[in-house]
Amino acid sequence: MKRFAQLIEQLDSTNKTNQKVAALTRYFEVAPKEDALWAVALLSKRRPSRPVTTTLMRQWAAEIAQLPEWLFEESYHIVGDLAETIALLVQEKGTGEAPTLTQCIEEIIALKPKTEQEKKDYITHRWKGLNNFERFVFNKILTGGFRIGVSQKLMTRALSKAVAIEENILAHRLMGEWSPQTTTFEELIFHPNPEDRISQPYPFFLAYAMEDDFMAKENPENWHIEHKWDGMRAQLIVRAGKIFLWSRGEELITDKFPELNVLAEFFPDGTVVDGELIPYKENLIGDFNALQKRIGRKSVSQKLKQAIPISIMLYDLLEWNGEDLRKEPLFKRQKLLAQFYAQLPPELPVLLSEVLQFSNWEDVAKERERAQEKRSEGLMLKHRESPYEVGRKKGAWWKWKSDPKTIDAVLTYAMRGHGRRTNLYTDYTFALWQENELVTFAKAYSGLTDAEIKQVDQFVKQNTTDRFGPVRQVKPSLVFEIAFEGIAASSRHKSGVAVRFPRILRWRHDKKINEANSLDDLKKLLP
Amino acid sequence: MQMPLLEFTAKGIYCAQADVYLDPWRGVEKAIISHGHSDHARWGSKQYITHELNVPIIKHRLGNISVSGRKYSETFTINGVQFSLHPAGHVPGSAQIRVEYQGEIWVFTGDYKTQEDGISTPFEPVKCHTFITECTFGLPVFKWDEPKQIHTNINQWWAENNTQKTTSLLMGYSLGKVQRLLKHLDPSIGKIYTHGATEEMTEVLRNFIEFPSTQRITRETTKKEIEGNLVLAPPAVMGSAWIKKLGKLSTGYASGWMAFRGARRRRAVDRAFVLSDHADWNGLLSAIKATECENVITTHGYTDLFAKYLRENGWNARTEKTQYEAETLETAAAE
Repeated sequence: MKRFAQLIEQLDSTNKTNQKVAALTRYFEVAPKEDALWAVALLSKRRPSRPVTTTLMRQWAAEIAQLPEWLFEESYHIVGDLAETIALLVQEKGTGEAPTLTQCIEEIIALKPKTEQEKKDYITHRWKGLNNFERFVFNKILTGGFRIGVSQKLMTRALSKAVAIEENILAHRLMGEWSPQTTTFEELIFHPNPEDRISQPYPFFLAYAMEDDFMAKENPENWHIEHKWDGMRAQLIVRAGKIFLWSRGEELITDKFPELNVLAEFFPDGTVVDGELIPYKENLIGDFNALQKRIGRKSVSQKLKQAIPISIMLYDLLEWNGEDLRKEPLFKRQKLLAQFYAQLPPELPVLLSEVLQFSNWEDVAKERERAQEKRSEGLMLKHRESPYEVGRKKGAWWKWKSDPKTIDAVLTYAMRGHGRRTNLYTDYTFALWQENELVTFAKAYSGLTDAEIKQVDQFVKQNTTDRFGPVRQVKPSLVFEIAFEGIAASSRHKSGVAVRFPRILRWRHDKKINEANSLDDLKKLLP
Repeated sequence: MQMPLLEFTAKGIYCAQADVYLDPWRGVEKAIISHGHSDHARWGSKQYITHELNVPIIKHRLGNISVSGRKYSETFTINGVQFSLHPAGHVPGSAQIRVEYQGEIWVFTGDYKTQEDGISTPFEPVKCHTFITECTFGLPVFKWDEPKQIHTNINQWWAENNTQKTTSLLMGYSLGKVQRLLKHLDPSIGKIYTHGATEEMTEVLRNFIEFPSTQRITRETTKKEIEGNLVLAPPAVMGSAWIKKLGKLSTGYASGWMAFRGARRRRAVDRAFVLSDHADWNGLLSAIKATECENVITTHGYTDLFAKYLRENGWNARTEKTQYEAETLETAAAE
């Protein structure tokens, strides 16, 4: 635990990638193997399930710190992180014996079925025994979510150095469902048993946004063009007669899309495809909002399944007859995929992403203009010779999204941010005019520069008209141009419209609030 | 109705009976100044009164002004109002201002801390009826470690960088923080260099405080000679062209705000040292208790929250707006 907390502190105190990798590598080399395995698990978002509610944790911390609850809550809003707030408020020197990381996590796992009093005794005992930063790390393990600027890729790179196994191979071994409770470092890293891992997905290959000079440098004939389907990226595996569906976030989502189970009968064993889950009904692609209704549900009712049926749009073949095809060039993989697709009965919930080829970039640009009609977000450009790589790599796959839609809106509420935006008002709510009223239509967190954030923060602090806990209502005065990708009618939103990926494009210093757009202007953009 | 002894006006904290302002933010006839930081000692007043050690400091900052110096606890009377200055422990020459008229006593703290820093006269509580206190760090999440431990950490960091032939750039406020850091640096590790702004203020304080020797970085200074040594500079150098000529660097920043992980990450320094010249939560509470006051007025910092907490615990506490910027999370980054 001490060693792991020191690691997190080291990772936290540098923004140089090389130093982060070095710190991680050193940790993997010296830490006991069982601790190292838990570290890998935590840094790849595999944490034990939360044994207590944060409400209880807040109560206990306020009690130990001898503070009224309101002051605890205010402190939390200012610090912006619950684990850190508790670490700071429970001001103990931390002279107790710290458990090892594995012990600590095993204790946390064992806590779940215990009584509230037993939980309280255990957690407060640990709080008092650890020092400030250890307490913070302990709370993070309890509550989840290590956002410490270490991507899974970075962690994999460091581990690769420590165990001398190639990064790509290692990335694959770390995929899918495993837990330090059911495997060992030795088994997972050095001796994976293929029988045990029939569900294991390949790491996803991710595209970069197209760069400005791309077309000038590249010959369109080397590129396979597809529409960028507006759904949920997924990898579908059929091995040993079983089907597994994985999200990009490495979540097993097979149960959420039962209509795809039928594919296990038609896909031969040892088939892995990459594709997009999309709502598809009566030969029409639905919008992302519909898909979201499916993703949000824990169990899928028959009614919902009929209202919003899902298909998988295939675009790559990663494994065929049990053989890893990722090193084969794209055109070969696509050809095999197309041949396989052609033999499938048409009524299956499977589509094939059409591969387009053009001889000049003007025609590609024209195709991109058809995005709305095709129900896509723009285009994907893939090099015909490219292998299927691991993670986000520049060069072979590019996305060229449609230009976003924009609208000018008024800032109406602000909330303090988290992480590096702690203590600054960075989370904003925007509204549009309806008659003489401002109606909320979107929240946005990103798009301003640090200098602009500072200015808006200042404005918020000086122009607060009301407070609702952490949220401040501000005098409507600032206008921002908000960009978004998709737009759909929604009964869940007060404005009647849901927009996708809203973000701040620029601050319209030149506009007064009466020059901001109306809700009707927004509704005109509905497809 | 009788006027309060001190009022909060558009120009600053005002004593009508004596026609004197305390730390005014606009030019006035007569100003009593608590300490030399630019939000408290402002330009434009005709006559300044301050602690004698603060005289050279504000002369350095404000230029040719009319200023008279007083010793701690020395009483001076203006139109029947008795004034005296008492150690605030914030920076060298910093004072709390005690105001007494017809048996009623008010104290205005300016900025203060209850920890000893080795360069400022330590804070002394002054009994009063009304206590006007800063509360920059008036939240229970702020609790400072022993400064000794922080200075040890700084020297260890420097020594380690030194073995890696990396230069240590240590940043902090030019008045007070930097000299406090300097006072506790271990010159056996290497040489100590300074940024121009830092060196000038340190030079002023050398007249009455002993410091390890420093060398100002000039155009002639080469990367080679700085290598492995330590450079003291104001935080504004982060990201500037000046920093480039220092060679391979490890950056460190000393501020109370570094208690926040988010602030540490936003600053993007290699090492953050939680070291403040303001009182922490317990420091503020102990200072208030020691004054035995009934009324508390909170000025800059987490004023509303702090006043609410004090009210719940039996004080008659309220908040007044001032133009002391305090050392907010943002100005700490911008100074």
